[in-house]
Amino acid sequence: MTEKIPGEMIPDISEGQARDWFAVPRPADAEGYLRLQAATSARLGVWRAGTRYATQSMLRFRADWAGARDAVNTDVPADFIAACGFLAGSTQCADREVYLRRPDLGRRLSGETRELYAGKLAHDARVLLAVGDGLSSAAICANAADVILTLQQGLALAGIETGPIPFIKYCRVGVMDDLAPLVRAEAVCLLIGERPGLVCAESMSAYMAYRPDPGRPESWRTVVSNIHAGGLPPVEAGAQIAEVMTRILEQKLSGVALEL
Amino acid sequence: MLLKTRLYGKIYQFNDVKDLLAKANEEKSGDSLAGIAARSEQERVAAKIVLAHALVSDLREAPAVPYEQDEVTRLIQDHVDESVYARIRGWSLAELREFILDTATPPAALTELSRGLTAEVIAAVTKLMSNMDLVVAAQKLRVTATCNTTIGGDGVFAARLQPNHPADSIEGIRASLYEGLAYGAGDAVIGLNPVVDSVAGITRILSLFDEVKRRWEIPTQICVLAHITTQLAAIRAGAPTDLIFQSIAGSEKGNEAFGFTAEHVREALALLRERGTGRGPDVLYFETGQGSELSSGAHHGADQLTMEARCYGFAKPFHPFLVNTVVGFIGPEYLYDARQVIRAGLEDHFMGKLTGLPMGCDACYTNHMRADQNDLENLAMLLVSAGCSYVMGLPHGDDIMLNYQSTGYHDAHTLRLLYGKTAIPEFQDWLVRMELIAPDGRPAERFGDASVFLEG
Repeated sequence: MTEKIPGEMIPDISEGQARDWFAVPRPADAEGYLRLQAATSARLGVWRAGTRYATQSMLRFRADWAGARDAVNTDVPADFIAACGFLAGSTQCADREVYLRRPDLGRRLSGETRELYAGKLAHDARVLLAVGDGLSSAAICANAADVILTLQQGLALAGIETGPIPFIKYCRVGVMDDLAPLVRAEAVCLLIGERPGLVCAESMSAYMAYRPDPGRPESWRTVVSNIHAGGLPPVEAGAQIAEVMTRILEQKLSGVALEL
Repeated sequence: MLLKTRLYGKIYQFNDVKDLLAKANEEKSGDSLAGIAARSEQERVAAKIVLAHALVSDLREAPAVPYEQDEVTRLIQDHVDESVYARIRGWSLAELREFILDTATPPAALTELSRGLTAEVIAAVTKLMSNMDLVVAAQKLRVTATCNTTIGGDGVFAARLQPNHPADSIEGIRASLYEGLAYGAGDAVIGLNPVVDSVAGITRILSLFDEVKRRWEIPTQICVLAHITTQLAAIRAGAPTDLIFQSIAGSEKGNEAFGFTAEHVREALALLRERGTGRGPDVLYFETGQGSELSSGAHHGADQLTMEARCYGFAKPFHPFLVNTVVGFIGPEYLYDARQVIRAGLEDHFMGKLTGLPMGCDACYTNHMRADQNDLENLAMLLVSAGCSYVMGLPHGDDIMLNYQSTGYHDAHTLRLLYGKTAIPEFQDWLVRMELIAPDGRPAERFGDASVFLEG
């Protein structure tokens, strides 16, 4: 969204990745340095004022931070949820402030949602796919559809069909332990937004578990993280998750004990 | 022991030591989440008053988790030096606090004292300390540890170089590694958090670190912070590493949530003695952080500060080379804002030092907390005043893989110059030889130029 107001102005420092800006005045190897910079989205070649940050680098960091902070506070749009055909539900958190302070409530479905899911989700499914906002609505909007597409294709190759997909607002990872027993799912894959970083506010994770329930330790979960265009691309992630889910079903376990 | 007091005419009664410790804690959102925090500021002070009168023995005899149930408790209790304990068991917590702060108490006396303390005693005295008390007390405690080099020495301030990459790209990691070295970071350890926890993956990264360490003859340590079982398997298959890492908790159940037990740590020690590339004798790296036990339902009704103290008690018998709290990583439900994070950072550092560990701190925050880079810089400066051994070094403080912010490559050497410190001596000499800094420590012209590592 670029506003058009006539007249001269200072260029937008949020445009382009941090990597485009190179500030080292007399590098030992200028060409080589640009290759180093291109190899990562980390803030390299930023130079210094004494031992402190150069002004442009400091401002760039602050601008990215402001973007991430603002992104935490947005919802996944209702029209996105509808377009994907997700079943919209919520945890027991009344609002985002409660969500941030009370992870216990973010791990339990609201009474209304339990009723909805018990009625509309497939029971005794081999694999239940679920989506939750987590700490980045942007992550879900950017990645969920592509991951689900290739994930479902991968599972279909193994002869596994999936049913309706729930979308859970104010969602913590542990909600899968509440959700799975409700519909007696054999294995669950929950796609959830990670907390936003400065380079990317759109990173998503897939948490997987065999017969999750509240008695399981966290080490029972298997995770594929950093799913976004600049990390593990969503289309590849979907295939990778399908592979992991197949192993989970074969070995009837998940987490650190799973052999990949 | 007395568990009751009157304050401003109102009577405050505490159920037991666990309840007393929880209510005496400075405000933390995690204790509220657990439903164990003081309900008013006056109740908090009443708890501190009662705690100040409690005896060292009252705390030792009330571990947060019973001895029979928990290997962390057993490790802590079994490692108490009973002759030291016998001398101090009748001290009140107020007396213990004042002994620690007394300028007439030499550092050596604190080192000896430390052998007679359990985690609950250390947590209790911490709750009677102000922020400046924590700085003053920790500053007196020097703890060194040695792998290839020695950390924690007088006048030394180190940094872990953390070159994380969201896809574990070897060339991306290499680029961040060179940049960090050019800014003088990496004397504590070159240590990466991998995305993929696999033997093949971490072996590739360790091989890169080993190659760069040898090529440039860098006096430091290398480590990849994968799960302990993955590191063990990689080393057995021939991967080079100086240190083995594990995140630890303050209860056996908490460690189970991390997928390991003390037996894995013993196995790691034995394997590193045989196959590790580090000279040692200290070859382990532990990370902690207030709130992790509650997050895995393993806090046993105890407050997060007490559980954190127990992490250090667990770590101590294994003589780690590095221990740091990752103080602002866990999120606002445990440490809500900058005020709580700064307090927790100072508490953790002090408790680790009093336990006898070479403490560092990942002074950090996430983007859903009420804290920012200015707060983190404040904490980093306070930590150096407190004699902290090391902090993290990230490209402009931004971790592009874990999505949080910590201290930057620029900060470590800034802090050294600000407080008259150097890097670990051999590493400082290396920086001079590399012409990155002048012999007096000031940045040379090419300080910050990563491309110097592209030569040859």
